[in-house]
Amino acid sequence: MKRLSAFNVVSLTLGFAFLYIPMLILILFSFNESKLVTVWAGFSTKWYGELMQNEAMLQAAWVTIKVAVFSSTIATVLGTMAAYVLVRSGRFLGRTLFSGMIYAPLVMPEVITGLSLLLLFIGIGLDRGVLTIVLAHTTFAMCYVSVVVSSRLATFDRSLEEAALDLGCSAAEAFRLVTLPIIAPAVVSGWLLAFTLSLDDLVIASFTTGPAATTLPIKIFSAVRLGVSPEINALSTIMIGIVTVGVISASLVSKRALVKQRQEEQEAVRTS
Amino acid sequence: MATPVFEPWNDPDEKPLIQFQNVSKRFGDFTAIDDLTIDIFEREFFALLGPSGCGKTTMMRMLAGFEAPTEGKIFLAGQDIAPVPPNQRAVNMMFQSYALFPHLSVWENIAFGLKREGMPRNEINARVDEMLRLTRLEKFARRKPHQISGGQRQRVALARSLAKAPKLLLLDEPLGALDRKLREETQFELMDIQEKTGTTFVIVTHDQEEAMTVASRVAVMDNGQVKQVATPADIYEAPNSVYVADFIGDVNLIEGKATATGKGSYALHWRDGVEPLTVESQNIFSDGQTAHLAIRPEKVTISADRPAKAANAVQGKVLDIAYLGNLSTYHVELPTGDVIKAQTANTRRISRRAYTWEDTVWLSWTASGGILLAN
Repeated sequence: MKRLSAFNVVSLTLGFAFLYIPMLILILFSFNESKLVTVWAGFSTKWYGELMQNEAMLQAAWVTIKVAVFSSTIATVLGTMAAYVLVRSGRFLGRTLFSGMIYAPLVMPEVITGLSLLLLFIGIGLDRGVLTIVLAHTTFAMCYVSVVVSSRLATFDRSLEEAALDLGCSAAEAFRLVTLPIIAPAVVSGWLLAFTLSLDDLVIASFTTGPAATTLPIKIFSAVRLGVSPEINALSTIMIGIVTVGVISASLVSKRALVKQRQEEQEAVRTS
Repeated sequence: MATPVFEPWNDPDEKPLIQFQNVSKRFGDFTAIDDLTIDIFEREFFALLGPSGCGKTTMMRMLAGFEAPTEGKIFLAGQDIAPVPPNQRAVNMMFQSYALFPHLSVWENIAFGLKREGMPRNEINARVDEMLRLTRLEKFARRKPHQISGGQRQRVALARSLAKAPKLLLLDEPLGALDRKLREETQFELMDIQEKTGTTFVIVTHDQEEAMTVASRVAVMDNGQVKQVATPADIYEAPNSVYVADFIGDVNLIEGKATATGKGSYALHWRDGVEPLTVESQNIFSDGQTAHLAIRPEKVTISADRPAKAANAVQGKVLDIAYLGNLSTYHVELPTGDVIKAQTANTRRISRRAYTWEDTVWLSWTASGGILLAN
C-alpha cells in the first residue's frame, strides 16, 4: 500500500480533528461524574439515568419525533407530486415561474420563512402548536424532497411508463405500479432528508411553536441558556449514536445491493 | 401442391387492418408525417424503412396512441382510433429500449398486461407459460431483467408484448441492440413467431437487410413521405424512383436522354460521342426526356474481351476492388470519367482472381437488366 506523504497526514488529521473533536468532547463529558461540565471527576452513566427521569425532556423528544414523521411524510407526498409535474408535463404556461418558486425556500433565510409562516398562522387564527410546526416543516422540507425526486425522475426512462400504458394501465396505475417502485429509493431518501431537517430545526420551529408544543432543539437551546448540563450531553450522545447507526446501516445496505446487482449482471453475461 | 401466395394487397375484396388516410403530423414548424396514405393488411409483416428522422417512429407512435395525428384519420379494423387512449387499444408495442420493468421478474413482466386485463389467475399462469415456451425463456422466469443477457431481454420484451394477443404488434427497432450474428438468428425467430401467432407485425427499422429479410412488404420513407410500398423483391428489382433505387442496396445510376426505338425499348443517350445504351422499360418516356438507368452491380458482367452478343458493353479500367469474401465489387472507370460498379461471386480462391487493378476490362449488361426511371 502506498504510504501517505507528510502533507497528506497533516491535512487528514486537521480535517478530522476539526470535524470530530467537538463531538468527542461532548460524548466524553456525557460520562462525567461531576455536574461541572468542564471538570472531569470520573466515569459515570448517571446522567443517562437522570435523563430517563426527565419528563419534560422526554415529552419534547416525543413531540419532535411526531412532528418529524408527519411533516416529512406530507412533504414527501407533495414534493414527489411537484417533481413529477415539473419533470413530466413538458412546457406549460408559467412552468419556469413554478419551478423557480418551488426551489425558492431552499435559499430563503429560515428567519424569513419562520416569520412569514408565523404571520400567516396569526392571520388565519390558527392556534400555534404541533399542527403549526408540522405545517411549517412541511413547507420548507417539501422543496428538498422535490429536488431529490426530480433529479431521479430526470434520468427515468419514459418508455417504461409508455410500456405500462401500452399494456393496459391508466396513468395513475402506471405511476403506482411502475414509476413509484422504480423511483422509491429517491423518495425514501427524500423522506429521510425531510425527517432529519425537521429533527434539527430550531429557527422555524421557535417561530411557529406554541406553549403546548416544545421540540427537542427548542428545549435543548433554552436549557443551555441556563448553563450546559451533563444531561444535555447525554441526550446529544444518544442522538449522535442513533444517527451514526442509521447512516452506517443505510450505506451498508445500499452497498451490498449494488455489489449483488453487479455480480448478477456478470453472471447473466457469463451464462448466456 | 403449391401453397397459396400471401398477397392480400392484390385482393380487392380484402379489408385492410390498418388504414392511414391523408395523415399529417406536425410538431410546431416541423412536419414529421406529410399527407400519408397507406393500407396494412391482417397477418402482414410490414416494415417501415427509412433513414433516422424520416417519420417512421412517429407513425408507429400514432398507432400505439402516444401521438395523435394533426390531420387525417387512422383506422384499425374499420374503427377510427383517434379517440381511443393507448391502454384501450388492441395494439401492443415492443420498445427499442425494451422498457422491461426492472423491479419485476421475467414472469411478472410478461404477466403485467394480463393482470391489468383482470384475467383469472390460472389463465394467466397458462398464458405466461405459453409465452415463455414460445420465446424459450422457461429457465429464466424467476430472474430480474438485469440478471439476463441482452438477447434474452429482447425475447422477454417480445413475450410481454405478445402476451395480450394483440391484433397488431408494433416493433420499434427491435434488434438494434443485438450484435450481428444474434440479430440474424433473431430475425428468423421473429418471422417464425409471427407465422405461429398470426399477429400482424409492423416493424420500424433503418436496417434494409433486416426489412428485406423479415417483411412481407416494405414501405420506404423519406422526409415524412412514403416513397414506395412493395414486396422486398419489387423494392429491389423495380424501384419506382431514383431515391428508392439508391436507398436500397448498391446501384449504378446513369443519367441521359431517352429515345424510343420500338415498343418498350429505348436508346439512352448518356454521353456525347458514346454509343447510346439499349434499355427495355415498362415506364413510358417521350423522346428527349431525361431518364435515369438504375442497374445493380451484380447484373453487370465483367470480362476481359468484348462479349459477342451483349446489348450494352463499355470498356474501362479497374479503379478499385472491394473484396467482401463471398463477393467482389469492381469499380471500373470509363474513358468518360464515369465509374461503374460490377459485382461477381468469388467462386474461385482469391489467388486466382482474373482481374486486378489497372486492368482493362469490358462491362456488359442486358437490355432488361436495369430499370429506367424518370426521377
